[in-house]
Amino acid sequence: MTYDIIIIGAGVTGSAAARYLSNYDARIAVVERAEDVCAMGASKANSAIVHAGFDAAYGSLMARFNVEGSRMMEPLSKQLSFDYSRIGSIVVCMDSRDMPRLEALYANGIKNGVEGLELLYGEAIQKIEPKIKSSAYAALWAPTGAIICPFALTAALAENAAANGAEFIFNTTVTAIAKEQGLWSVQTDRGLMRARAVINAAGTYADVLHNMVSRRHIHITPRRGEYMLLDKSVGSFVSRTVFQLPTELGKGVLISPTVHGNIIVGPTAEDIMDRDGVNTTAAGLELIREKACLAVDDVPLKQVITSFSGLRAHEVSHEFIVGEAEDAEFFFDLAGIESPGLSSAPAIGKYISEMVAERLGLDEKPDFIATREGILDPKRLSSEERNRLIKREPAYGRIVCRCEEISEGEIIDAIRRTPGARSLDGVKRRVRAGMGRCQGGFCSTRVMEILARELGVDIAGITKSGGASRLISGLAKQDKTAERG
Amino acid sequence: MKSYDIAIIGGGPAGLAAAAAAYDAGVKSVVIIEREDSLGGILNQCIHPGFGLHTFKQELTGPEYAARFIEKIERRGIDTLLSTMVLSIAADKSVTAMNRTDGVFTIRPKAVILCMGCRERSRGALNIPGYRPAGIYSAGTAQKLVNIMGYMPGREVVILGSGDIGLIMARRMTLEGAHVKLVAELMPYSGGLKRNIVQCLDDFDIPLKLSHTVVDIHGRERLEGVTIAAVGPDLKPIAGSEEYYPCDTLLLSCGLIPENELSRAMGVRMNAVTGGPVVNEALETEVEGVFSAGNALHVHDLVDHVSEEAAAAGRNAAHYVINGESTHAERIEIELAGGVRYAVPSIIDPSAIAQSITVRMRVAGIMKNKQLSVYINGQRALSRPRPVMTPGEMEQIVLTKKLMDSYESINSILICAEDREDK
Amino acid sequence: MEAKLDTKKLTCICCPLGCSIEADMQGGSVVAVRGNGCPNGEKYAHTELTAPVRTLTSTVALVNSKSGMRLAPVRSSEPIPKDKLFDCMKEIANISVSAPVRIGDTVLQNAAGTGISIIITRDIN
Repeated sequence: MTYDIIIIGAGVTGSAAARYLSNYDARIAVVERAEDVCAMGASKANSAIVHAGFDAAYGSLMARFNVEGSRMMEPLSKQLSFDYSRIGSIVVCMDSRDMPRLEALYANGIKNGVEGLELLYGEAIQKIEPKIKSSAYAALWAPTGAIICPFALTAALAENAAANGAEFIFNTTVTAIAKEQGLWSVQTDRGLMRARAVINAAGTYADVLHNMVSRRHIHITPRRGEYMLLDKSVGSFVSRTVFQLPTELGKGVLISPTVHGNIIVGPTAEDIMDRDGVNTTAAGLELIREKACLAVDDVPLKQVITSFSGLRAHEVSHEFIVGEAEDAEFFFDLAGIESPGLSSAPAIGKYISEMVAERLGLDEKPDFIATREGILDPKRLSSEERNRLIKREPAYGRIVCRCEEISEGEIIDAIRRTPGARSLDGVKRRVRAGMGRCQGGFCSTRVMEILARELGVDIAGITKSGGASRLISGLAKQDKTAERG
Repeated sequence: MKSYDIAIIGGGPAGLAAAAAAYDAGVKSVVIIEREDSLGGILNQCIHPGFGLHTFKQELTGPEYAARFIEKIERRGIDTLLSTMVLSIAADKSVTAMNRTDGVFTIRPKAVILCMGCRERSRGALNIPGYRPAGIYSAGTAQKLVNIMGYMPGREVVILGSGDIGLIMARRMTLEGAHVKLVAELMPYSGGLKRNIVQCLDDFDIPLKLSHTVVDIHGRERLEGVTIAAVGPDLKPIAGSEEYYPCDTLLLSCGLIPENELSRAMGVRMNAVTGGPVVNEALETEVEGVFSAGNALHVHDLVDHVSEEAAAAGRNAAHYVINGESTHAERIEIELAGGVRYAVPSIIDPSAIAQSITVRMRVAGIMKNKQLSVYINGQRALSRPRPVMTPGEMEQIVLTKKLMDSYESINSILICAEDREDK
Repeated sequence: MEAKLDTKKLTCICCPLGCSIEADMQGGSVVAVRGNGCPNGEKYAHTELTAPVRTLTSTVALVNSKSGMRLAPVRSSEPIPKDKLFDCMKEIANISVSAPVRIGDTVLQNAAGTGISIIITRDIN
């Protein structure tokens, strides 16, 4: 199959590239080794923050895309219907000796063009966030900091790209890339694909792909970050994203509300060898517990409902690599997209799409669909509207996940989308069934049944997250799996 | 939607017993709201025997025990709303619920009985590090898969936690052909009943390792194994004691948490130890006319006790509806000592005890040769010898009207476990 | 010569109290039982040490149920010899019943040659 563009990786960056490129008249494929968008890499497990942009070094691509992405995110959230909340972020400096660091951050933010930055002292700090310790010396307040749901952003971008003709090909791993007769040959474990241009958005594997075609090697280190998620009952513990100012003792952890009303605490930062090493560790979780209370008192860590870990694709230069490889024509890298990658994704997507369109001579589509309707959340309807909906679609009247109050109607919607949910985790990421305090203890068997019915497969074929993640081993009594077909 | 005098939230053992008792106490307008499509609650998946020895003097399976109560409901013609989820209860006791046919609707009962049961503690809440593959289930989810849906979660099984559901599932999975390699328990004692250790583990040579826990989970897609380690008295893993167990399934039976999202949201005061509402001798919460019973109130070992407690709540709710108010002359908070962790009810109006009330409690650790005593006004009023008490087995003491009436006034009630005095 | 006295320790499983029982055995039979809280405990010690039995519960395949259920729970009508549990499970695995079923319906007679029936434990339409 020959495409104009093959995008490798359906994380937030690859999906953003697909979305903005789908504005052009081109045949686009997004190849993903996992079974779903946003299923494996950094997009799946991060702080879910839209950074204001004061942190990235002035003049860097990180700074440019972060600030631009942060400005794009709110209008985009309306266009593509995902949750966005501008709650602001605050960096806390506990010790006067660290003030030069905080002031440098402030100055850097001003240079980057971040709006509304303010240095706060004394009670002004608690006015912004009452939970910050009164012993805090100073703080940097960034009102443009915001929170989003990374799954929702990625799914929205991918669905909108698909609506505009981009093809998502899952469970497919790229094994080799070579230039043949002016086209890129992309060899996968499921066959050969060809394209005029390749966009490398492969996260922790971006260096492997890049180094297949370029002699100017790059090197990605998977940097593991562990997090804890706290129950909604303590969801209003803080109302801003609270960062700890990095000190000589190292980087702190952030504590922030999420758009869904939980509290997130983390991350740790540990360079590892394993590109898929998304396990949590006893040491990592302990470190979060230790650091959580440095700037804020009495973080209710007993209310943890889950912990998880994500991998940031850290490039040694600590800079985004965005653009055409110098010695590989029509091979575009979106590599080293570590933090603030989520915040930057729309800006990176827009930038690369314009660059690729120009290089390939693509025309804008007259019929581009710029908006996407989100998965309907009946909780946001009035009782009257909700009742009309249930009358029309009784599935909205059946609650499947009681912790998050998710109805069967929402789950069916998540499955029927393109690209849609194919697994328990796919459903969870899209509509949060199983993401609440009981962590799927109650609803997972029900979601399995709905998935099996909607996908027309036996329940034995339903997985947690694709691949070999089967949820059941067969029929009780004897192993009669084969008989069930 | 019809109007009702009493709404019962949950159609499990507690809800069923509460409904029948409320009806028999004179309030005929009762509705049970149940989220599943049948009554009986968790009993439907508890197909093992061991239920009803107290209530029916006979050992029944879960579904058989439930059937006896469901029959009571049917015989009385008590209304039930099945496949219906209660979304919220307002402070004025109006109950908003939803189902496929009626949509969202509100009923305004005079009394509410909270019988939502409990849920299992999840892996996340246990903070077990490692990967997050398929194959990790709470014991109750596995029980539903095997007993209701007919699917095996896996073949090579490790169980963390020796709660009763975990022990029961060890036997059940073994009988269905799985290999249960080990039950690991963090505490130095089992969380389940002794009889279940004998007939669910010993019978099948399944080892129980006390003071052990899971410290790592291996496998990226499907579970491949777990690392088990011994823990010290501080419950922290002991370095060097790690052992790897290959397995495709990890079942968690690490405690139950009363389900009280609805209670909390409506402003019911909670007991931090039980995880259930604070209740008085009538099993009434601190919101007048709102009662609670069963595992939503505090986690029980025996369904017989749930039924008994819920029947009391049902009767009391009926009296409340008939009288139109709760009258409380006094409010004595039960004091605890000697390792008694909690008592339910915890607030007593001695004058409001009609005949007798049962106070249920748990102790904090294994205790031998003790007696459970009640001190009224600082003097011992009664005591019961208890040769062995464990946190896994609920204790109870009955306070009678007669005893209460023998005091001119009561200003303190203390329950404690103390050394046994031989007479 | 008299057979040697052998003392066995047991946990009674008759009820949730789980009494710790000591039983003296002589020549293959129980001669004395201590520690039982009720007469059931004595009976239990005798059976447990000579011919142990257990109530078996499981499920059988169910077809044609209006409820959509595919399994019906079952138990042995009385406790069966412990060493026959797995033989009974094998026979139970091959049973399929058609709805409706009622508590007490026999789905298998003389399970694994024990003379004991397997019966339904839940009404399902």
